[in-house]
Amino acid sequence: MLGIVGIVPDEKIPLIYGTPVLEEKFLNIEKWKIPVERGTTALIASAIKTLKVLNKPNPFVFLVGDIGKGKGSKELYKFLAENIHKYNFKVLTFHYILPEVDGCLKVILAIEKLLRKPFLIADAGFMYAVKMASYANFFDLFTPDIGELAFLADEKAPHPFYTRGFLLAEEKDVETLIIRAYEHKNAPPYLLVKGEKDRIVFNQKVLATVEKPFVPELEAIGGTGDTLTGIVSALIYAGYSPEEACILSAKANRLAGALAYPTPATQISEIINFIPEAIKILIL
Amino acid sequence: MKWINKLFLSKKDKPSERLKSGLLLFENTSEVIKAEKVLQKEGYKVKVVGPPPEVRKGCDLAIEIPIIEITGILNLLKTQGIEPLDFIPLSENEILKPVDLFQVKDFGDYLMVRAANMKITVNKKTSVIVNISGGGCPDVPYLASILLGVSLKDFFSPKELAHTLCGYALHLAFEKAKELLCSE
Repeated sequence: MLGIVGIVPDEKIPLIYGTPVLEEKFLNIEKWKIPVERGTTALIASAIKTLKVLNKPNPFVFLVGDIGKGKGSKELYKFLAENIHKYNFKVLTFHYILPEVDGCLKVILAIEKLLRKPFLIADAGFMYAVKMASYANFFDLFTPDIGELAFLADEKAPHPFYTRGFLLAEEKDVETLIIRAYEHKNAPPYLLVKGEKDRIVFNQKVLATVEKPFVPELEAIGGTGDTLTGIVSALIYAGYSPEEACILSAKANRLAGALAYPTPATQISEIINFIPEAIKILIL
Repeated sequence: MKWINKLFLSKKDKPSERLKSGLLLFENTSEVIKAEKVLQKEGYKVKVVGPPPEVRKGCDLAIEIPIIEITGILNLLKTQGIEPLDFIPLSENEILKPVDLFQVKDFGDYLMVRAANMKITVNKKTSVIVNISGGGCPDVPYLASILLGVSLKDFFSPKELAHTLCGYALHLAFEKAKELLCSE
């Protein structure tokens, strides 16, 4: 199974888990109909679109409503720590959540006890928490943008907001930041660094870069990082090697964006619709 | 508010070893006790500590808080009429300083403003927010859902709805965009 963990921006939604169905711009899970917007729902929808092309089942997801107050996130950490052993995930992707070291460590401890450790991917708040907990190399893949890479490279920053000024988050500085992130053990074996050029990194070495098609407007569109993480999660689950999956997902995400002919006002759901076409162009 | 200015304050002082937390300083002990009670009731993991001499002001007690949740904590205290004298962000043995660079990208009809890890994109003609990107804390998708379609000219402050540092960074981007597009 591919497992996905994250929050949805609606306090009414309790902790829910199961296999969602994607219908138009909504994820249906249990009795809930959740709109696909930027964030974890965009990640899940992208994974579903990718898996459908590959004839693979939909992911199993753990979601909770949280608008930033942290109550839902804390409940989710606790639930995962107590129940993750009941599941058998091949790939497990963690996404938006309140970054909290204690909760994160309890989840990691529970994963350590599993007979078979899943391939672990983290992005967004969970990636922040894993870095703060100093467990980055327990994970297999992070998908930071350049600002988040600077945060990983700063051994003292507890959040990207406090990344120290000498660590500039610019394209020309990316390779320096990669080296520094590994030196401080704040990066897992694989990194997929999102930027004007996407970089696929293994243990500090840049294995490949993807820079075409280049669509500048995508930077402004909320959720393009979420879709990338969703696609790469699905591809790794489907059997692609991490390196192949990172390269293919970076290309597919760019291509889906280009196919949507976006403006900076385009919404992520419009791009998600082009993911199947992009995947097909690249793999069939 | 003073705590906002403090987010940008540079200090060379090095207080005692603490990890990824922040200290709220108060005028008097009764405020500390009241604030602790309010925060614990809402489920925040806080504790009363003695502030290091280098940062001490007001009373001899401070509240140690999870740094990520500073925005929500300050909003909550404000609703209870409690305003700390100061906020000191700490990591290991250093006082932290936020990223203070704004980056602006012009897309022709649209302007994108980045503050720290958050980006806001606005239609230049209408001043309406068309996209929010970046960030990883749970108030980001929520704030994005609220802010899309809002005009920078409307009476609205994302800070009031933010709970985390990502939310606060978004507020800064919002204010910068407003300054760039709405000031005559």
